[in-house]
Amino acid sequence: MTVRERLREKISAAFYRHGLLCASYPVPIILFTSASILACCYPLLRLPLPGTGPVEFTTRVRDYTVPSHEPQGDLGERPDWYRGPPVAYIQQVLVKAAVSPWDSTLVPVDVFRSPLGRVFSLLEEIRNHVHNDGSGVRSLEALCLQVTDLLPGLRRMQTVLPEHGCLLVSPGNYWQNQRELFDSDPDLLKTVHQHEPKGLHTSATLRDLLFGVPVKHTGVSLYSRKRVVTYTITMVLGSYDARFLSSLRARLRQLHPSVNCSLREDHMVHVHFKEEIGMAELIPLVTTYIILFAYIYFSTRKIDMVKSKWGLALAAVVTVLSSLLMSVGLCTLFGLTPTLNGGEIFPYLVVVIGLENVLVLTKSVVSTPVDLEVKLRIAQGLSNESWSIMKNMATELCIILIGYFTLVPAIQEFCLFAVVGLVSDFFLQMFFFTTVLSIDIRRMELADLNRRLPAEAGMPPPKPGPLRPREAPPPPRPSPYTITLQTPAFRNLRLPKRLRVVYFLARTRLAQRFIMVGTVIWIGILAYTDPAGLRTYLAAQVSEQSPLGEGGAGGLPPHLGGASVFPGAGGDPASTLSVLPAPAEPTPLPENQSQGHHGAPREGVPHQAQAPPLVPQISWGAEDEEGWRRLSFRHWPSLFSYYNITLAKRYISILPVIPVTLHLSPREAIETRHPQDTRHPPPPSLKTNDLPADLTFIGTYGEGSKQVINPPSLSRVAALGLAAGVLLVLLLFCLYRVLCPRNYGQNGVAHGRRRRGDLPCDDYGYSPPISEISPLLLRGHSMDIECLASDGMLLASCCLAGQIRVWDAQTGDYTHTCHNLGGGTEPGGGVFDEDEGYPLRRRTTPRPALFEDQPDLTPLIDTNFDSQPPSHLLLTPPRDGFDFGGLVERAYLEHEPPSPGLTASYPSPSPPSGPPPQRRRSLGAVWAMELRGNLIAAGRSSGKLELWDAVEGSLRCSNEDGVSGITALAFLNNRIVAARLDGSLDFFTVDINKPLGLLQYRGPPGRSNIPPSPCYSSEDVISCQLTRSVQCAHQKPITVLRAAAGRVVTGSQDHTVRVYRLEDSCCLFTLQGHSGGITAIYIDQTMVLASGGQDGAICLWDVLTGSRVSHVYGHRGDVTSLVCTTSCVISSGLDDLISIWDRSTGIKLYSIQQEVGCGASLGVISESLLVTGGQGCVSFWDLNFGDLLQTVYLGQSSDGQGVRQLVVLNNAAIVCDFGSELSLVYVPSVLEKLD
Amino acid sequence: MADSTVVSDQQPPGSGQTTPSRGPYIAGITNRNTNLGIRGFMLFSIGVFLALVLNLLQVQRNVTLFPPDVISSIFSSAWWVPPCCGTASAMIGLLYPCIDSRLGEPHKFKREWSSVMRCVAVFVGINHASAKVDFANNVQLSLTLAALSIGLWWTFDRSRSGFGLGVVIALLATLSTQLLVYNGVFQYTSPDFLYIRSWLPCIFFAGVITMGNIGRQLALYECKRMSGKTHQD
Repeated sequence: MTVRERLREKISAAFYRHGLLCASYPVPIILFTSASILACCYPLLRLPLPGTGPVEFTTRVRDYTVPSHEPQGDLGERPDWYRGPPVAYIQQVLVKAAVSPWDSTLVPVDVFRSPLGRVFSLLEEIRNHVHNDGSGVRSLEALCLQVTDLLPGLRRMQTVLPEHGCLLVSPGNYWQNQRELFDSDPDLLKTVHQHEPKGLHTSATLRDLLFGVPVKHTGVSLYSRKRVVTYTITMVLGSYDARFLSSLRARLRQLHPSVNCSLREDHMVHVHFKEEIGMAELIPLVTTYIILFAYIYFSTRKIDMVKSKWGLALAAVVTVLSSLLMSVGLCTLFGLTPTLNGGEIFPYLVVVIGLENVLVLTKSVVSTPVDLEVKLRIAQGLSNESWSIMKNMATELCIILIGYFTLVPAIQEFCLFAVVGLVSDFFLQMFFFTTVLSIDIRRMELADLNRRLPAEAGMPPPKPGPLRPREAPPPPRPSPYTITLQTPAFRNLRLPKRLRVVYFLARTRLAQRFIMVGTVIWIGILAYTDPAGLRTYLAAQVSEQSPLGEGGAGGLPPHLGGASVFPGAGGDPASTLSVLPAPAEPTPLPENQSQGHHGAPREGVPHQAQAPPLVPQISWGAEDEEGWRRLSFRHWPSLFSYYNITLAKRYISILPVIPVTLHLSPREAIETRHPQDTRHPPPPSLKTNDLPADLTFIGTYGEGSKQVINPPSLSRVAALGLAAGVLLVLLLFCLYRVLCPRNYGQNGVAHGRRRRGDLPCDDYGYSPPISEISPLLLRGHSMDIECLASDGMLLASCCLAGQIRVWDAQTGDYTHTCHNLGGGTEPGGGVFDEDEGYPLRRRTTPRPALFEDQPDLTPLIDTNFDSQPPSHLLLTPPRDGFDFGGLVERAYLEHEPPSPGLTASYPSPSPPSGPPPQRRRSLGAVWAMELRGNLIAAGRSSGKLELWDAVEGSLRCSNEDGVSGITALAFLNNRIVAARLDGSLDFFTVDINKPLGLLQYRGPPGRSNIPPSPCYSSEDVISCQLTRSVQCAHQKPITVLRAAAGRVVTGSQDHTVRVYRLEDSCCLFTLQGHSGGITAIYIDQTMVLASGGQDGAICLWDVLTGSRVSHVYGHRGDVTSLVCTTSCVISSGLDDLISIWDRSTGIKLYSIQQEVGCGASLGVISESLLVTGGQGCVSFWDLNFGDLLQTVYLGQSSDGQGVRQLVVLNNAAIVCDFGSELSLVYVPSVLEKLD
Repeated sequence: MADSTVVSDQQPPGSGQTTPSRGPYIAGITNRNTNLGIRGFMLFSIGVFLALVLNLLQVQRNVTLFPPDVISSIFSSAWWVPPCCGTASAMIGLLYPCIDSRLGEPHKFKREWSSVMRCVAVFVGINHASAKVDFANNVQLSLTLAALSIGLWWTFDRSRSGFGLGVVIALLATLSTQLLVYNGVFQYTSPDFLYIRSWLPCIFFAGVITMGNIGRQLALYECKRMSGKTHQD
């Protein structure tokens, strides 16, 4: 025993014990596992929640210093990203300008033309501002962030955005910062609009960038109600100089005092940007998630045969997910902070860890015998798969370790996570999933018991008959952990290897639901992490409703305004702030100041102006303090990204805004007017503004219009989301349809789900308990069995001793009739005389029928007169279990009497020198046998054709017209075709002369779907007459004879196949194409004809035209047997290979290597179930995939005896010879299908 | 979607029932061609989709530079790249089952959709790594990706024909890329292997294995569908 085997055994034993443990104490173990999951996930609580929104940190301006790179000890509330200098400092100059007082002669363009025009002088002022103190002269040029080229993709913005110099943006950039261009621009709005991108845009637009305030708040519009224009001049500074900035601030304030403004100036905000997931990055991410979901779907679809498929699939997913969480938690616990983007690597981690193990476990456990105790089943299933699980895990760990040594940090981190994840996954599989599985199996067991109990009770207990040597349950097989326990029969469920395919269509629409749930979760995650800025947008919508909506008089109740949103704001007069500049006087009145708004920085400040339309008022509210908050959070990243500067994982510092108030006189506005401006007519609504009586109305109107504006934008978002959702669902539906075509279940078992009861092992689903697949050994023959024949009801077998025994094919050993035809002790034909002369018939009472609809079969008859089987002296050749090759066969042919047997697949092994010559001559061995109705046709080597009554065991007639040995027989309707050794073909007709009134039927044909066989009663006179003899049908001995669908097909050593019509024995075709003797022929009712020869070739023929359809070389050496199904051709050859070919294309699908000497025996039970014989066992295969489903051992000694013949009965049983015994194996599930 | 059309395609050959001996074969042959077409189309669309997505990864990191007019859209590469990739993947996906059947050794290793999905995920992951993980030097990157590709083959394919075909196609594709870049159709930002990136063959190899896997799986469907069809007859 090698180390490997010992190890394997140890592992197996350990798993076995573990399985017992898990199944015995499910509840404590689940509790323990949950506790450990929670414990491992606990460190996760300390991790920041993922999100892509920017994070802010506010410091005071006064004592601001650039933070150092080194992390300091007393971090306090400082976030860990607040280290080192920021990318840039943002200094905004917020300009609010209005033409006041508003004159009715002014046109709408005047609202913004002259205010915008003032930007150029402001810019000039800012650029030229120089701060001079003792340390030197500083100007903006020295401090600002110098930028170079725009990204190459942004050529169209080149005219607008600054290049090669200070990053200083303002609305003046639209006109290249030149007043002349601005003045000569006939349509300002068009200039602004022409740079806007078409279509929907979620990120910052150029207009946002240049104006620095959201579009709605700029007031640059023909229909502006407030007539206040707001814009910013944004300076991006590379370094911070407090003195320069304060001098600039003072200068601007001095030039354009906004006395009523008392914005807080003492805080600067640092904004840290996470790595952003843009739409472009989202697409690969979404793709990986889709692949992940497809993977999970296809994996969980394989879970079947359990009580709650859903529950187990959920448990599997929970296992994998919580193992991932555990791995992250453990890594965090030991100080490894994840730096990778979790959402990105998550799908790969799941794929690496995989769902396979849990599925393999499930499959292994459910394939254990159902009659075991649950914990034994669990233990056995675990130990069966222990080796493969351990092997796979070791392999994966090795691969990951190799990955770890790539020394790339990202990969190392991934590997680390994967290793911890794998280990914790293994832990969870062993404890969590196994336990869940045991609970599930137990539940199913209970349900199954309830369902099956009545059916089992109805079965009569098996009674041992006197001549029924039914095999006792054999002792357990030696290997302790594969099949250990008292199973009622031998079976060794060789599970398919890991990852074999089982295509079940989810009976429930599991896939769709799963994908839907996944989509919902995914959308939830997306909404949470907010990649598209939805949340910001919504927040902006909400905050917008609050402060500015109240343009009306103060009489409006506060709850109509922002009071409900920002409580306390509306009702507190101290927090309000209103400015009423004196008419025609640009300086505001200092009395109107109010300082009261300091206390509530986030409060919206509703301003209650007396006459808003007439005198545009400029008000400064708290929302202006941090006006950048109203911008998209992608505003700054996109501005910087134009210059190829990324803000991901870095921060910028936003300095307090410098307010500038501009009041322009109407005269100035008129002077700066462009000639074309007047063609815009003033909007009619403005006309009403003059009337003071309408103030309230206007106010409410303004309020109303606000609310009209807002809901559509909200609903737009909702509609957008809805559309996206619908699109996603459609996409997933399409994906689902692509992957799971609807014709799964329709085309039968060929693809998709196997129907229940179709396969005994794989999908037994407990309707046929597996214990029914136990072979029934039929004993009685003293020698090896040579011929087998069956018509579905009866089963006739003939051994080398010449004994023919008839068994009931339904119940196996129940009825049997034995004829002793063997060469008796005396030479001559005395046996037959004896047989007829002795009236000794032993009948026993018939047993109650097993099936109600079955005819009561004839009682047991034994006409075995010989005291001892005589012929073991005769025939004791060493049977090496092999067909005779061509050479041997020819050698036998040269010897006269003996020759290959009934089919090429099983030649008679009678040696030429064995028997005494006269005995052989007088009787001859039975070379061919056919059974129809209750007539057995036996062809002897002497050329004699005999018809026996299968029920009574009497010889009904015989025909000795031919002298050459009958090598093959076909019995169809009332015709018998016999092929002889000399190549001639004899057609016999069986005539029945029924005495009137003595019609006796065997009953309805029952389950068998074959045409009703002719029935003969014992009183009938049966005669068998040679109707036609085709001499020299072939040049050489006929090896194969098959008859079906009114055709008789013969194959011979002379390389040809001939097709005869049964009625008139007319030769229709001679099919040539083989280059060797024909060894196997298949023909069925649908006139499919296949032939195989000694050259290893397989030909498919069209029986109607005689043309060859396909021709493939399949085997080295003879083709020994051939079977066709509707879709494929199954051939076996001397090379012990069973090959499965596609019937229509002739492409080899796959092949199965058989044990030596067992290649020839095969049969097809149903369209997808293949049975092959092996050394002491029969194996069931799934034809569609080539999976070994089950191996049934026939006897205790599994070695030595090979199964050489195999007959599939109609009632879904198979009969195979097993040395001198017959073995009847039921496949009861097929019975249910036939029902 | 494509499969539902297949179902409808299969209805007309039912006329072969009148001549049962001949019908199935002829129907099988015609059906085979349509199936081939459908399979090719599916593979083509998968290839186009993967090309778009994976190219996006590369373009994001400025690994490849295409003419900059159409940037910032999904079709961020030149228009000819996805059809080329689609055609190539269709060819590969059809070639693999074909070679399998020619060699007479059908691919039986892990023939199931979940395994195929795993394979695709790993392939995307390899691409992801090539574009996103910052490696110290190019040799390390190329070696890592080569190991990953071989691992992909070992995990999901393990057939000699698959390996051989993968290597041959990867070499051919690398050669043609070299030619393309040489003729100035597009360029790499930091070529380190003549004109291209040295990890390109590994990516090609992994792609060939992946597409071959998908193609084999689809071919399996076809086999089963055909058998189902004859069953219906």
